[in-house]
Formats: sequence, structure tokens, C-alpha cells
Amino acid sequence: MGGIIQEAKYSCALGSQQSVLAIPRAIPIIHAGPGCSARQFSYLSAGAGYQGEGYAGGAQIPCTNSTQNEVVFGGEKKLGKLIDATLDVMDGDLYVVMSGCTAGIVGDDVKQVAEDHSTKEKKVIGVDTAGFRGNNYKGHNLVLEALIEQFVGDVDEEIEPEKGLVNVFSVVPYQDVYWRGDLEEIKRILTGIGLKVNILFGYGSEGVSEWKNIPNAQLNIVLSPWVGLSAAKLCQRKYGTPFLHEPVLPVGLKATSAFLRRVGEALELDTDKVESFIKYEEKRYKKYFVSIGDFLADYSSYIPFDAYVSADDIYGVGISDFLENELGIEVVKFYDSSEPNNASKDRIKEKLESIKEGLGERVVFEGDNALIKEDIKRNIDERKTKSVIFGSSWDRELAYNTKSVLIYLSVPILEKVIVSKSYVGYNGGLQLIEDLYSGVLNKGFIAHTTVEK
Amino acid sequence: MSNSLTTEVEVRERRLKSIISFAGKASELQAGAVSQKKVEQPRCFSQCSDCAQMRAGTICSHIRDAAVVVHSPMGCFANNPANDEINKSGSLGRGQKPFKTNVVCSNISEKETIYGGLKKLREAIDEAYKRFHPSAIFVQSSCAAGIVGDDIESVADEKQAEYGIPVVPVYCEGFKSKVWSSGFDAGYHALLKRIVKEPEKKQPDLVNIFNFMGSDTFSEILGKIGLRPNYLVPLADIDTIARMTEAACSTSICETLGTYITDVLEKQYGVPHVHATAPYGIKWTDAWYREVARLTGKSDIVEEVIAKEHERIAPKLEELRKELKGLRIYIYAGDSYAHNMASIASDLGIEIAGITTLHHDMKTDGEPVEHSSLQEMINVAGDIEHFSVCEKQPYEVIKILKQVKPDVVIIRHMHLPALSAKLGIPSILEGEVNVSAGYDGIITLGERLKNIRKFKRVLTTLEEYNEFPYTKQWLEDERLFI
Repeated sequence: MGGIIQEAKYSCALGSQQSVLAIPRAIPIIHAGPGCSARQFSYLSAGAGYQGEGYAGGAQIPCTNSTQNEVVFGGEKKLGKLIDATLDVMDGDLYVVMSGCTAGIVGDDVKQVAEDHSTKEKKVIGVDTAGFRGNNYKGHNLVLEALIEQFVGDVDEEIEPEKGLVNVFSVVPYQDVYWRGDLEEIKRILTGIGLKVNILFGYGSEGVSEWKNIPNAQLNIVLSPWVGLSAAKLCQRKYGTPFLHEPVLPVGLKATSAFLRRVGEALELDTDKVESFIKYEEKRYKKYFVSIGDFLADYSSYIPFDAYVSADDIYGVGISDFLENELGIEVVKFYDSSEPNNASKDRIKEKLESIKEGLGERVVFEGDNALIKEDIKRNIDERKTKSVIFGSSWDRELAYNTKSVLIYLSVPILEKVIVSKSYVGYNGGLQLIEDLYSGVLNKGFIAHTTVEK
Repeated sequence: MSNSLTTEVEVRERRLKSIISFAGKASELQAGAVSQKKVEQPRCFSQCSDCAQMRAGTICSHIRDAAVVVHSPMGCFANNPANDEINKSGSLGRGQKPFKTNVVCSNISEKETIYGGLKKLREAIDEAYKRFHPSAIFVQSSCAAGIVGDDIESVADEKQAEYGIPVVPVYCEGFKSKVWSSGFDAGYHALLKRIVKEPEKKQPDLVNIFNFMGSDTFSEILGKIGLRPNYLVPLADIDTIARMTEAACSTSICETLGTYITDVLEKQYGVPHVHATAPYGIKWTDAWYREVARLTGKSDIVEEVIAKEHERIAPKLEELRKELKGLRIYIYAGDSYAHNMASIASDLGIEIAGITTLHHDMKTDGEPVEHSSLQEMINVAGDIEHFSVCEKQPYEVIKILKQVKPDVVIIRHMHLPALSAKLGIPSILEGEVNVSAGYDGIITLGERLKNIRKFKRVLTTLEEYNEFPYTKQWLEDERLFI
């Protein structure tokens, strides 16, 4: 587990209340102390580009607000009453009880209490997300597994998979500040090659009916180095669904086309259909790309050739691939802040190495952004190359002081309002190009001469 | 640095009989407080509240040269980016140099909940000392550390001896109190235990102002009677905090925030507490000026100042009263700060459609039960028909707002304005509270109320597109809460 942290880039397991909120009409019920839930909201929604409380989030989340009594005598009774009342007050399709540290240490069995208070019409499940169990990436995995085990459940007979139906396990809602746009783009491109997609979270999801439909999929696609992998494995055990593990989130033309071809191959899709979609997308993408060529050429003295990627490994690996292989920007270091376990670390290194020779050695696993910043500063000072930093609000001063372009890729983000933006897929690659090179024009960076002062 | 204070301060539900649930008239709540009858109506459905640790952070995380160790899992540290931002914006708002929060989290994991977390705590304190070279280190406890039983005081003693700076335990475990304001007291208590010193020399023109962040409005307010503000605690440094006992008297921007510490300063260090409600609204500002003047030997000049001030703001106030005529407001704040807002509203001649306070202290530290900001509010603004107490609880407040249909809501807490916004009702986030103090504060709030009505236009669209998560059954239920 992680050490002392000064500048955090994730929260605790309870932060996955935001994952529940990301499922249309799903409602978390928090069994924790009085401040736990509000903090998660502050960090993962308001502090993550002002994403809003959504349907049932923010101050609206039901919570036992446990105090002394529940710590001394246990809180299962109070939780039971809260669940019953929640079903009357909150209009949802699924209710997920989540425990915090108090309930976790005391040993309240939230899964059992949830089951006892679940009704025929309104399903309630429970998951132990006590903060000390790990960060919210791990919390997200716990939520996925609990949903599959307790809500999707067992299937009686052998399943005849629905042809062309896939489930996607990918970015962590809210923790990935662009999750809404990302999932829309992922769904768009997969739909483009003829698939039907259970995207599971976000505005493009049908909600709980999609989750219920999980066992019928022909394939599970895991678009992340390790988050979501346990859910896909669970589906394989329970429903016999194979999975395609794609550790690199596709960003830009090359990665996205290659990704779609691999999916097509795995599902034995009609090649003409896949290729015709790719052809159309690539044609427009290339036109856009070429249109920025003039800017690049005119301002070549100002554009960054070095990059420092300080983000989680879901987004960070994909962005690194795009920078290295499409924009020709060298990823000097990738700082992975999502606390993967040792096996995942090896996989990430391996993947980075396949993206670019030597990149596997330039990954640093570190959760404290204060230390990451020091290292970036040292490298920029040494290399004296115009740089782009992919980071968070923690990196604002560093970027300003080193005249680097700052692209927000990680929480916390306090000076941008984020709505539907995404850096994933074809559209995301173009969006990133727009933001990255606009950054070059930030006030004070262009000297109106041919060289930077 | 030693005094007779106990290790921990009692939480508000025991010390002040504070409640978090009530619905009725303001006068009924006050009558209940005076007669010490039980007025709290228990609730079985509740939405997420805030906790004492967050509020203790309000006291400890914004001290200029101090460091904070949050001894908790990462989730309790999730306020840190916002706190850091507040340090910067708060300093700029005060006209001071911005600074960064010097905070680390010990990052308690499963292992520490089994074997105890003191090793990690020691490492975190060492790291804080090494990284920030602070004048003092505060150690905030958490639910996990508290339940496991980590003896943070012994580690604090050990590290205090090692580094030669105060290392201060703050007992602010979230589960200990249902009233988040107990965290203010925990923060102050920590300061009183290990930072605050006996005065070396008194400063007869210095007035302690317990506030949050906020503009420097009290220099002008106090300057009119030849006094200076000593802003505490956010943005101050350790030396200023240590010497708060040198002041002539102490006051605060609201009773909820400041009366625990001002009472201890009065009883233990002889620094008198200004026994008047905070200077919000004309009558309260008059009374506050007189009391401050009495304690500082300025009684001879204060009446002239009050008369001149009344005269000065009169034309503008008259104008605002005309412009705001017919406006109905709802107040969702406090405890006491909601009363402050009502006091100003009565001066502006606007109707108070109702008030929800986020808890209620049934008594005030250092005052008899008859003396409360609630009673003072009733005195200046009249009884309030729709008066309720709840810790946020939008499922409850949505019903009130739908029923009373105010034109504007004044809200003190971040993230709560979303509720009124989605109902299409403009709101003022009263985050910067110093600007509403004194006679000019009445004008400032009046201007803000006047301008905020334009906000209605975008909110009409928001209301149209929004969908609330409450069942039809609940919204049609006659009960306010269950």
C-alpha cells in the first residue's frame, strides 16, 4: 500500500460511490461517518472539473451518518431502517449500499443487510468499500464485481450469446474527468463497426437493463491495464464470456484503427464493414490533422517536443502511445499514479516498451504529486526542451514557471469546467491536438519573434 | 503551554445540547431551549452530512507557517485540493501573499487498522517536518485512527520533544459528533492546549476577530473607534495565534464559529468576550459597537460614530428598500449565521419566507440559555413561521422551497445552491462572510440580492431540463421528513 501523500491524485475505495452514480438511475446508500460521502463528491466531482452532482449525487446521497452509537453497538439496524426509507424516498432502479471505515472496522455486514432489505421491485446490493481497503480504482473494481455477483447474478441455463453484443469495462467515472465523453466515443466507434455496445456507465447507457444484459454478450472488452480486468474474469467464470484485454486506451488515428481491427478480428466481423468505417473516419481525421500543419510549421520554435505524463495508467498509457507514435513528442517520463499491484506494473512496463523502445524503463509508480513535480522540474531543467505536462491542478505553477503547456488529464482540476470533452478515439485525438497546440498560445509564451525568449 | 483544559473538548450535542432536526416556528425552538424540553424530532432517512474533521481542517489547514498531518485513509484527505485553492484565493481576498497548504496524509491502509497506525503517523510527522520546516504541526485524527485507538497524543509529545516545535493532536474523528461544527471546537481546543500563550504585554486597541477567510472589512469597522482587528485563525501565523491573549477583547462573525474559544479566552486568560450578537444588521451592529467600546474604553466616542454611520448609509438603504420591495428570501445556513442574515433582511425590508439552519445549539458557550442569536433574531426580524433545522437534507428542503416559493435563497455552504438552482430559484452563496458585516454589509447584501435576480433566466432552462431523484410518493407525502 501507498506511503505518505502530500498532493493526492486519487481518493479512497468509497470514492466509487461516483461509479454507482454513473449508472443511470442507480443510487448509492452510504453506511459511513457523516463526512465521508460529501468529501468524495468534493474531490471527484466539484474538484474534478465541476462535473455536478448528477441525478442522485452530491448532498442527495442517502447516508447513515454513523456516530458513536453505531461504532459501539454496530450499525446494521440503523442501516436497515435507512434502506427501507430510501426505497420510499429515492426513485431509482438499483440501490447499492457501500460501507466506509467505521462500518468496515466494526464489521457490519452490508451485503447481508442489503439482501435482507431488498424487495421484489427494488433490488438492493451491498459492497464493502471501507476507505482503508485501498484507493478508488480498487473501489471501482469492488463495485463492478459486486454488481455482477449480486445484481446481474447467476444464469440458469447455458447462454447463447447475442451476436455482435459487447460489454465495455474501461475508465473510472469521475476519477477520469473525461469519462462521459470517453465512453460516448468508445460506444460510437464500436457501433460504427457494427456492434451493439453495453457501455454500462454514462449518458449513453441504458442503465440497469444494460447490466442485466451483460451475460448475453459475445465478448467483454477491457480497455485498461488492470481496472475492470477482475470483472471480465468474473464474467468469464460465471457466463463463459471471453474477453479481449486492451491495456492501451486508443487515442488518435493509428491506435483507434488498430484497436477496431483487433476487435473485428476477435469477433470475426465482416471486414468490409469494419474497413469502411475506418476508412471514413481516417479520411476526415487526416484532413483535420493536415489543417494544423500550417500552425505547426509557423510556430515550430514554440511547440513542445518533450512530454511528461502524470496520470493514471488507464489514460496515461494511451496518451503516451499517441504522443510517441502520432505526434512525435517524446514521453520523457510517465508517472503512474493509480497504484497498480506488482503484476500489473510488469504488464504496464511491457506495454510501454512495445509502444516505444525504452519507454518501459521511464515509468515511475508514484502516488504523491509533490514528488512527481520535483522530478519533472529536474528533468525540464536538465533537458532544456519545450515541454507539455499532462497533469492536474497540482501542476499549474510548475507548468507556468517552466513555460510548459499544461493539459489536464487527472484530478484534481479546479480551473476548468469539463462537460463532454474526451481525448479518446478519433475525435479525442483531434481534441487533444486542439488543446495541446492552443496551449502554445497561452499568454506570455509567444514572443512574436522566431525564437522563444 | 500548559493549562487546565481536558484532552478533548466535549462534542456539541453534549456540551450545548445541539440538535440537527426540528420543524416548527422559530419561537417554539427558542422556547424549547429555554425550558430545556426535548424538541428534536428523530429521523430515519438522512442524506450525507459533513463531519467534524472537515471543520477542524477549516481551523488548522489555513495557518500560514504550520503543517498538518491528516492521520487517515486517503478519502479523509479529499478536501485538500479545495483547501489549497482556498488558501490562495483567501489570501488574495485579504490582500495578502498567497501560500500553499502544508499538509500530508499518513495514508492508513488495512494493515494499520489491524496493527495500529502509529508507525505511519511518526513517518508522516517526520516527512511534514522535513518538507515544510513548520512552526507547528497539527495531527488530525480520523474515524479509522480513532476506532483503532491510535494514541496520537503520545506520538505528538514524542515528536514535540524531538523537533522542539508544538506538535498538536486534534481530536476530530468524524463519528464522534453528529454536529460538524464540533470540529471547530476541536480545532480551537488544540490551539488552546499547545499554541496559545499567556500575554507578554496587552494590546488595548486589538480585537480578536474569529472568522473564516474573507476580506479585510473589520479594519474599517473597528478603525472608526480607534481599534484594530486581529483576524483569527485562517491566514494567521503561529506567533499571532500564540499571542491572541494580548487582545483587549474577542468577537466572532457568528456564534456557531467562535464562542467556544472566546469563552475559554475570557475564563482562562481574562480576555473578555463581546457579549453581543455578531455585527450583522443595524441593531446588532449598534449593540456590538457599544459592547466593544465598553470593553476598550471607547464608550465616549461610540455614540457619535453610530449616529454618523446611520446617517451615512440611510440614503442608499432607502433606495435599496424601494428596489427590493416585495422580495421574498429563504435562508439556508448556519446555525447562527442564518440569524445574521435574517437580521440584515429585516433592515432591507424584505420578507423572510423561511429559514433552515444546519444544526441548532440549544445554548451558547458562555451565555445563559435566554441569550441566543435565535432570540435576538426573533427580536429584530419577528417570529419565523417556517423554521427548520437539518444537516443539509435536500429531500426535506426541496419540499419547503416548493411550498414557500422564495424569490432568492441565501445559502452559506458550497454545493447546496444546486438544489435551489434546479428549482429555478436564484441563490446567493454567502461564502465570503466578512463583506456582509457592519453597516456597509447591509448595503452589500442588498446590492447582491438586487443583481442576483438576473440569474433566474438561465435557471429557468436548468429547471426545465432537470430531473430530481425523489419519488412521487415522497414529494406528495405531507411529512417534511421521516
